[in-house]
Amino acid sequence: MNPRPTRDTDWDGVRLHVVTGKGGTGKTTVAAAMALALATAGRKVLLIEVEGRQGIARLFDCPPLPYAERKVAIGLGADGAGQGGDVYALAVEPEGALLDYLDMFYNLRRTGKALTRLGVMDFASTIAPGLSDLLVTGKATEAARRRVSSRRGSPHAYHTVVMDAPPTGRIGRYLNVSAEVSDLAKVGPIRTHADTVARVIRSPQTVVHFVTTLEEMPVQETLDGIGELRELTGGAIRPGGIIINMARPAMLAGADLSAAVSGSLDVTELAVGLKAAGISDNHGLAADLMTELREHAQQVILQNRERAELATAERPLYELPMVADGIDLAGLYQLAAALRRKGAA
Amino acid sequence: MSAPRLDIDRIIDDRRTRIIVCCGSGGVGKTTAAAAIGLRAAERGRQACVLTVDPARRLAQSMGLTSLDNIPRRVDGTRTESGGSLHAMMLDMKRTFDEIVEAHADPDRAAQILANPFYQSLSSSFAGTQEYMAMEKLGQLRHADEWDLIVVDTPPSRSALDFLDAPQRLGRFLDGRLIRLLTAPAKAGMAYMKVLNAGLAVVTGALTKVLGTQLLKDAQTFVTALDTMFGGFRERAEWTYRLLQAPGTAFLIVAAPEPDALREASYFVERLDEERMPLAGLVLNRVHTSPARLSAARSLAAAETLDMGDRPNGPVLPGYGDPDRPDRSISITVAALRTHAERMNLGKRERRLAEHFTSAHPAIPVAEVVAQPEDVHDLAGLRVIGEVLSQQAG
Repeated sequence: MNPRPTRDTDWDGVRLHVVTGKGGTGKTTVAAAMALALATAGRKVLLIEVEGRQGIARLFDCPPLPYAERKVAIGLGADGAGQGGDVYALAVEPEGALLDYLDMFYNLRRTGKALTRLGVMDFASTIAPGLSDLLVTGKATEAARRRVSSRRGSPHAYHTVVMDAPPTGRIGRYLNVSAEVSDLAKVGPIRTHADTVARVIRSPQTVVHFVTTLEEMPVQETLDGIGELRELTGGAIRPGGIIINMARPAMLAGADLSAAVSGSLDVTELAVGLKAAGISDNHGLAADLMTELREHAQQVILQNRERAELATAERPLYELPMVADGIDLAGLYQLAAALRRKGAA
Repeated sequence: MSAPRLDIDRIIDDRRTRIIVCCGSGGVGKTTAAAAIGLRAAERGRQACVLTVDPARRLAQSMGLTSLDNIPRRVDGTRTESGGSLHAMMLDMKRTFDEIVEAHADPDRAAQILANPFYQSLSSSFAGTQEYMAMEKLGQLRHADEWDLIVVDTPPSRSALDFLDAPQRLGRFLDGRLIRLLTAPAKAGMAYMKVLNAGLAVVTGALTKVLGTQLLKDAQTFVTALDTMFGGFRERAEWTYRLLQAPGTAFLIVAAPEPDALREASYFVERLDEERMPLAGLVLNRVHTSPARLSAARSLAAAETLDMGDRPNGPVLPGYGDPDRPDRSISITVAALRTHAERMNLGKRERRLAEHFTSAHPAIPVAEVVAQPEDVHDLAGLRVIGEVLSQQAG
């Protein structure tokens, strides 16, 4: 929020941005915009999707993402257009993550394929969803830690990783991987893996951003989500910023706003104004517009109340405007520019 | 192209309708729609029960209940003149699961299962289990036959129709090769063992290496226990699945006029059709409309004209309105015109998206609910939604 002269963004040093939000708040869109904003010239950013929805492919208008890291866009340049670094994307699914895991840690890719044929993933995701969540989060943390080569001091393969995570209602438990599998695996390789993943997620290099709209339920879920994260992990997993998405512009303020909401605005005043603009008040036009204005005023008051509610979480707030014609690539860059301007990325 | 109108009252007034399933992606007002329909049905004489599976306790809030605890509770404040009643409950996934175990296994074995770490992970995690348990609970409520209409709000799944897959997935799981492998020493026939034996050592070796001995042992114990007690559960899951296909069930897809929600809605239409589930129609929530006959373009142009101080029709009458703010009528008019233009543009975009859906699915009846200026948090609000939902004729 308060731009510090010594830092580029509010989240310098963060290597894994986890983006969550209630359904319908635009979590995937914000994650994508954040990846674009982070990918300034020379920086390579990986955008990870974990729920198999192919939302990223739709946003970037490209064919469904395979289980492989693909370049999907050029990041936001200094002039606000696409002249920055590269945005790569990856759709992680548990089966692929299991094969990677077996390959990386045990050199067991072929056995892994045999396990897959036997339905191991179906099995794991059915009786122990925590295990498949662990494999998927493990892939994200691996990408965040990955170095270009095994040489000591080699640079990171990705400057930052942005994860389009599960919705707010599940995020606490989803990220609390270590605890989720600790009852299952008290010792052994799964435990070791869980601990490694947990170390990354609980380090200052990881933050969890919450996307919300200025509506009651999403705001409540955001506050609950932040609370749950704190409670479950004793503050070890850091809540990042709150990104307010699709905020509607307020057309009224001050005395006009309270007058509109209490219904004390005079419709003849509006009729006079319309007349001045050359619009005649036929078919009760002024009355209809007055109703719309009152509803708008109610919404503005509600938005202000939700904003105040969000402020109680004491997290940086970033507000993104409603993109009028729906989100296309141009809209994404617009949101990315807004995020960067506000210091979120 | 206009879609046929969805007649909600006809559905809830038809005594043969016993189950209404509201499905749709997250954040589209599914829970509110389910509660509003339940309330309206109750106030039109049905003995209605609303089952919600959402952990956010949204239904509880809108129905003025402080807690929902896996038992249907009577909702106070419902109008009972027509002899109906409303109950509501929120699914307690873990408790539902525990009850199944206790009902299907002898006390010793039940205790053993309840203590198994795999069971604890499975029964309390959010993904997957919720769908099984929602179906189980729906089956139980229907079986109890205390209500003549059950309205279900489906879980906010990763994949929206997971609840449909739940019974089959369970079946596939129990028939799976891995289960057979894990339980092989106990039950597999000799011929099967021969085929498996070659690979068995390698695979078990790999599993042990990756999972650790204890974890593998726990898994084995758990699936063996599951196998012996879940026959009954599986039968009931299949019964529930058939119940969903029966004529007494009506599926309602709930969507908001946004690309993602409508894409998901299209997917639902196709899936329900594939599964031969009876789809009653689409509820399109939070639609923006305006009775005012003034285009967005003209509205914006007028706002600009006023803003720039042009007065094509002369100055506003001197002394009009607040003497301290002679231009108040101008500032209000500019705000009203801009608000109207925004609303018209939003409405236009929403209509385009809705038409897109309708042209792909021309036979699906649609009911629109106009956006309410404030969120619903009481029965009065739910009643309004119910009224709007059923006033679709005009």
